[in-house]
Amino acid sequence: MTEFLSMGGYAGYVWSSYTITFGIMTLLYVHTKRKEGKYLRWLRRHLASLEK
Amino acid sequence: MMHPLRKKRMQLICLGILGIGIALALILTAFEKNLMYFYSPSEIHAGNAPTKRPFRIGGMVVKGSVMRQAESLGVWFNLTDTANEQMVYFEGILPDLFREGQGIVAKGQLNKSGLFVASEVLAKHDENYMPPEVAEALENVQHNSKVE
Amino acid sequence: MFKFLYHYSSLRNFYFFSEKLLPFLLITFVCLVTYSIYGALISAPADYQQGDSFRIIYVHVPSAWMSLLIYMVMGLSSVSVLVWKIKLAEITLSAVAPIGAVFTLIALVTGSIWGKPMWGTWWEWDARLTSELVLLFLYLGVIALLNAIDDRRTGARSASILCLIGIVNIPIVHYSVEWWNTLHQGPTVSKFSSPSIHIDMLIPLLTMTVAFMLYCLIISLYRIRTMILVYDKDSQWVKNVITDNREQI
Repeated sequence: MTEFLSMGGYAGYVWSSYTITFGIMTLLYVHTKRKEGKYLRWLRRHLASLEK
Repeated sequence: MMHPLRKKRMQLICLGILGIGIALALILTAFEKNLMYFYSPSEIHAGNAPTKRPFRIGGMVVKGSVMRQAESLGVWFNLTDTANEQMVYFEGILPDLFREGQGIVAKGQLNKSGLFVASEVLAKHDENYMPPEVAEALENVQHNSKVE
Repeated sequence: MFKFLYHYSSLRNFYFFSEKLLPFLLITFVCLVTYSIYGALISAPADYQQGDSFRIIYVHVPSAWMSLLIYMVMGLSSVSVLVWKIKLAEITLSAVAPIGAVFTLIALVTGSIWGKPMWGTWWEWDARLTSELVLLFLYLGVIALLNAIDDRRTGARSASILCLIGIVNIPIVHYSVEWWNTLHQGPTVSKFSSPSIHIDMLIPLLTMTVAFMLYCLIISLYRIRTMILVYDKDSQWVKNVITDNREQI
């Protein structure tokens, strides 16, 4: 296990690369879903105001 | 096929891209000396490298050419592009991948005696990736064929 | 073929078509990325020369390929915007630009991290690295034009023009290592010659690339779909979608 984590001595480089990559990809996903929710709520309000 | 106005727009766009492409090609050819990331030992031998300012040299470390100074970090080695060799002197920490046969790019200047004094040494590795066993097997094959 | 494209370039048709596609894309992505990460970090053998640091290839190379691929998608959208003024093309341009920028950034950062132990430097102004950085600026320029110009159509047209001007950079990035002496090594995987990478190392690279493509497609579809609803908000079909959506909650 320690061998795996140490990545042949390159632990810092390898793990930071993977964390940054998948971290950013996760953030982008979360941001996208949040924006989607925001616009859906806005559209619902817009629709409701039209119905009045 | 297409609405004539759209066809015209498409043609204009293609022309535009072509125009910019040509312009860029010309600019790049003109500035090629600056874009050249490194000079080879042959180019230095032919006198094509700058003499008054720093530049980069690229080549492979010649086997048996690495000599280290006793007390300091100074090291001498020769770089080759298989046609010509150039001697390099460097004081500092060498990259992990530095060893005989390795591709190297060094930044520095030629001194009056034709020695390249480097201020920075970088390793340039090739595009081959393989496990150690395969590399060993390859080396044995090469060694055996040389012996023959 | 054109009938197919024409049919799905309608915002409404695209919306419903993509809805059916998404669950498959998501499941495939999750499976593929899990397998790829396992392959990258565990089953692929370490490199004879670079040791375990070479494993950065599995995040660096797919990201770099995405940065180029997405720019080409933007290029096609730009042509569609300028020549045919297709609404879906305007939306696609807006949707994918940030995704491309993100992967360009990841490629640059992971490349830099990889370069430090292997080359001995975080950055060099060689042709490959410099042209990839130029690509990032092009993406940022496109994003800036899309956001800065109030009129959607004008913004899309300006961004399209910038995108197409910058498209010459794509072959430059790709061929930089062949045309000039660079620090970055030449291509390992190319179209016409066999790959100079061991098969056990190659497979996770290819699967990770497909996984990244699926990811880009998924995020693009989410963004496109949201924009479609906003674009067509006054149409009956959107009103129905919102009402259905409202009732589900």
